Amino acid sequence: MSPPNGSVFVERRTYRRRRMMDAARLLPILGALLFLVPIFWTGNAEAPATTARGVIYVFAIWAGLIVVSARLSRWLTPKGGEDADWDRRE
Amino acid sequence: MIGFNILVLVCLAYVAVLFTVAFAAEKRAERGEVGWLRSPIVYTLSLSIYCTAWTFYGAVGYAVRSGLEFVTIYLGPTLVMVGWWWVVRKLVRIGRSQRITSIADLISSRYGKSNLLGVLVTLLAVIGTTPYIALQLQSVALSFSVFSGDEAAVWDAGNLKNTALLVAAGLAVFTILFGTRRLDANERHHGVVTAIALEAVVKLVALLAVGIFVVWGVAGGAGDIVARIDASGVAEWNLAGGRWTTLIFLSAAAFLCLPRMFQVMVVENADERHVAVASWAFPLYLFLMSLFVIPIAVVGLDVLPGGNPDLYVLTVPLSLGQDNLAMLSFLGGFSSATSMVIVAAIALSTMVSNHIVMPIWLNLRRGGATVSGDVRNVVLLSRRVSIGAVLALGYLYFKLSGGGAALAAIGLISFAGVAQVLPSLLGGLFWRGATRAGAALGLTIGFAIWAYTLFLPSFGDTFVMSAAMLQDGPFGIAWLRPRALFGFDGLDPVVHAVFWSMVLNTGAFLLGSVFSFPEPLERLQGAQFVNVFEHSPNAPGWSRGLAEAEDLLIMSQRILGASEAQALFRGAAERQGKGGYLPDTTPDFIELLERELAGSVGAATAHAMIGQIVGGSVVSVEDLMAVADETAQIMEVSSRLKTQSEELSRTAGQLRDANEKLTALSIQKDAFLSQISHELRTPMTSIRAFSEILMSGPMTEEEQTKFSKIIHDEAIRLTRLLDDLLDLSVLENGQVTLNWQTADLHDVLERAVTSTVSMAGDRGLEIIRDPSVERVALVTDSDRLAQVFINLIANARKYCTAQNPILRIVVSDGGAGVNVDFIDNGSGIPRPSQSVIFEKFSRLSDKSQAGGAGLGLAICREIMVKLGGSVTYLPGQGGAAFRVALPRAQARAAQ
Repeated sequence: MSPPNGSVFVERRTYRRRRMMDAARLLPILGALLFLVPIFWTGNAEAPATTARGVIYVFAIWAGLIVVSARLSRWLTPKGGEDADWDRRE
Repeated sequence: MIGFNILVLVCLAYVAVLFTVAFAAEKRAERGEVGWLRSPIVYTLSLSIYCTAWTFYGAVGYAVRSGLEFVTIYLGPTLVMVGWWWVVRKLVRIGRSQRITSIADLISSRYGKSNLLGVLVTLLAVIGTTPYIALQLQSVALSFSVFSGDEAAVWDAGNLKNTALLVAAGLAVFTILFGTRRLDANERHHGVVTAIALEAVVKLVALLAVGIFVVWGVAGGAGDIVARIDASGVAEWNLAGGRWTTLIFLSAAAFLCLPRMFQVMVVENADERHVAVASWAFPLYLFLMSLFVIPIAVVGLDVLPGGNPDLYVLTVPLSLGQDNLAMLSFLGGFSSATSMVIVAAIALSTMVSNHIVMPIWLNLRRGGATVSGDVRNVVLLSRRVSIGAVLALGYLYFKLSGGGAALAAIGLISFAGVAQVLPSLLGGLFWRGATRAGAALGLTIGFAIWAYTLFLPSFGDTFVMSAAMLQDGPFGIAWLRPRALFGFDGLDPVVHAVFWSMVLNTGAFLLGSVFSFPEPLERLQGAQFVNVFEHSPNAPGWSRGLAEAEDLLIMSQRILGASEAQALFRGAAERQGKGGYLPDTTPDFIELLERELAGSVGAATAHAMIGQIVGGSVVSVEDLMAVADETAQIMEVSSRLKTQSEELSRTAGQLRDANEKLTALSIQKDAFLSQISHELRTPMTSIRAFSEILMSGPMTEEEQTKFSKIIHDEAIRLTRLLDDLLDLSVLENGQVTLNWQTADLHDVLERAVTSTVSMAGDRGLEIIRDPSVERVALVTDSDRLAQVFINLIANARKYCTAQNPILRIVVSDGGAGVNVDFIDNGSGIPRPSQSVIFEKFSRLSDKSQAGGAGLGLAICREIMVKLGGSVTYLPGQGGAAFRVALPRAQARAAQ
């Protein structure tokens, strides 16, 4: 990803924020992949795939996404004034 | 058991609370105390209209029938919100900067304010949403019927429909009251949003309460529930991969495209930062809403094995004697249904009024926007009528379809319908090449396929599609079978329809965009949408300031209301530095006004209305392009002028230089004359003085000889000076005749050295040469060349300041010719003097009076020029150094 606002070397904090944006972009893709995992479940004799296990798996992933998303949104929300990166293009 | 009357009372009380809350919020907002009314929490809660009665009641039934699959319709929105940085953030920014009023307005605005697309999306939304509204009415009516189970005698199908009618009428009243108070959709509906936020809390609390009761009241906690799940009818793992994936995609798409979701997510958004909070808070809400669905389903199967699983949320607490819990649950379902219907009606009515009613009205009274009538009232009226019409349609649909299972399936069908907007929406947000033609093509094809493969077949064997047609295809054409298009047999109907409609929709959109050419306005809007984070929010649109500010004010008052319009105009006038209410109709101002109006009547209509006033016609972007062309021409002319003026100033500079040179030459001439007079005068003075002495009287022989010799010497000096002057003048005037002949450099040098030695005075000068390299053949005037060499050697002899003067004569190859350097070991010539030594009468010092008049080097230079070479001073050689450059023999001979 090319640096959009001119400089190649940015302040450490700005750099960190940009990587957080990357993370925020990747999170839904990761979430989608994890949510699609149950498709491949077939189960076996000892540990058959059951609805109960499916419920636990899906809800665990879901909770994880919510926690990570909450952390990311805290980092990404500009605090009064510093809006430069908020306005960054995709 | 709660009596039906109590239920109605509670219900009415709840509605009264909602009205009060909405009313209070409106009042508060009017006083400007928005505060918590517009907090991220309220924004998140308002998003919860995604969870309708279909999901509130239906999710449990869905879980009973298909196990875990029910969760997919929550996972899609979760992914969309978690990925807010991609899409939702951009949508909200565009919605705010372009004053978007609905999803139809967004599509229309993106593709060049095209009303065709606005109408298409509006139709799609109405067709997709009406059955959904019917579904909500059915849910509420059914939940009423549950409570009146003991009064079955009076509670028949007719009553069910009457309840639905009453609910629909009540909703219409609420929506009209709070949804059309203001015209500017961007001013937001504080009352409505606050009320649906409250309803969001009620339905969450209700479902959680039922869930907690079921898990810890009926079952023995979490562990017991897991055991019960394993023992129940839903234990079996029967996940269908195709459906699972399709439904996650479908719910994500619908979440973005549903008119009501767009309304709360984009139009009602007050601050972009709220999206950041909603990105995790809304998934959390969905998480909590679905957490207890499976437990309720499992316990419901235990408690009421024969009951309708779609109503377990209500019937389980009721059958276990938890009347209050059941009442809460009922209110939750009621909230889900009503909030969805209210927002959907607002969103649809905005779309219908802006994209269908207003254009028709404007067309009917072309040129009439300024003449008569109050546009504001027309718009509000059309919205109110639209709200009534939408709800009436929903009720009619419910009545005609007769409720039941056919209606329950409509949720996903509706999702698939509105999802057809997705390619045009995302394409418009991220791809500048997306065009109106592509979007129209994609939408039409997607809509047609959806209707053919999913919507129409959902009516079953009716007048729309016969059983035979469903079975064998139209006219027996097998590959056109609605449920197995192109021979794709055996797919789930929803998966099949979503697959084909989305693939063909996207394909048509892409192909149409690639092979069509966008109009200028489309390209401008496209750039503004795609690069919304870089662009200033202003789109160019109006270039002529012909519109009368007063006309515009009159029109704006009718749309925005008198005080708002006046405030807007006054602010604009102030920014322009003017007093009063009428600003100059600059393009900037007209753009601002158009955007403000767009907030009320939609982009396309606002564009058309202003177009009627501004010069009587729309200033099209074609006009703008023509203006731009003119500008380009003017720029070209001015750049030509600039070139010419640059040329002129260059010529002037050259003239100035020439003038300076002439002045310098004149000064030089004067100096030359005064110099020469001086040079002539000195010997003349001595000659005169000594001849006077000779004439004055007798003197000794010795004295006579001495004085005569002085006179003679001075005369010789004078002659030499005159000779030199003559020589120089001849050379300078080009009248010299050169005696071209072949000569050997060595011979010429030898001659020069010999002659200078012969006239050597008291100062000895050692001359170092390398005869081996001097054998160079030249075609030149050897006498003149020797004169130059003699002059240079004589100079060295005269001016070299070293104790033991040494002159090196170095002959070297100089590329095109031969270089002969004369380098002595004296102190050299100071840098400032290097440029003047070749001038006439320039002598660096008077140290050696024996020398000539300072014409030697000037003569040398002239000779060398005539001989086709040059003599230059060579700095940095340790002493005075002169380089004589000579052309080679062959070069000379060739001439």
